[in-house]
Amino acid sequence: MPANRTIRLAVIGVLAGAFSGLFGVGGGTIMVPLLLVWLGYGEREATGTSLCAIVAIATLATVVQAFYGNVDVGDAALLAVPAVIGVGLGVALQQRLPERAVSALFALMLVAISVELIVP
Amino acid sequence: MDVALAIAFALAGGALGGLLGVGGGILFVPALAIFLGSTQLEAEATSLLVIVPVAIVGTWRQRRLGNVRMADGVTMGLLALPGVVAGVAIANVLPQRALELGFAAFALFVALQLGRRALDPVPPAADAGS
Repeated sequence: MPANRTIRLAVIGVLAGAFSGLFGVGGGTIMVPLLLVWLGYGEREATGTSLCAIVAIATLATVVQAFYGNVDVGDAALLAVPAVIGVGLGVALQQRLPERAVSALFALMLVAISVELIVP
Repeated sequence: MDVALAIAFALAGGALGGLLGVGGGILFVPALAIFLGSTQLEAEATSLLVIVPVAIVGTWRQRRLGNVRMADGVTMGLLALPGVVAGVAIANVLPQRALELGFAAFALFVALQLGRRALDPVPPAADAGS
């Protein structure tokens, strides 16, 4: 792997890691577009490879947060079961629903969440 | 009712992960903070643990479709460590309200990207079925 390419991967990883630690997300929102634009990935490769990196990033971030005593394992277990079922559902949805409808639906959901968080 | 809504959010978060190649944390965090009574910081920390199995299953499925560049993914993931440590440290010193507003801004940014995608008149060819 050429050094330049490794440096790009490292920069993307560090940025995604910072977002992950700061907001409790995987960092895919950062990685997918950067892999597309900066490393010339195709869309499917970018999403697949992003998920692979998230396994490592989320594991590292969980361990660091656990040191601060913030991780609730019971709540995590409660959400992990439906979440894992959701992954299979997402793949199935992909085949049946138009992608734009799915995107619009999630966009609306996120706007509602933002309002809920911003309004004290 | 609140637990049912939290479970619905978790299901949607997992689906988002499978669809877009993200972890789904953008929905797990509000599920924990809004419906299960966690503080924003606890919600973010616990969300990370939920993301791990989602990303493992997602990677496994994508790998069977030949969409995972394993070496790149692992390189990126492991080299992320300094960013992770810095991000978690900042999250732990920021006031709760700042963290909530920051997360809300991040969610709006993602909503904007999804909205653009939904309204794009000519979706790129690579998008089909991905």
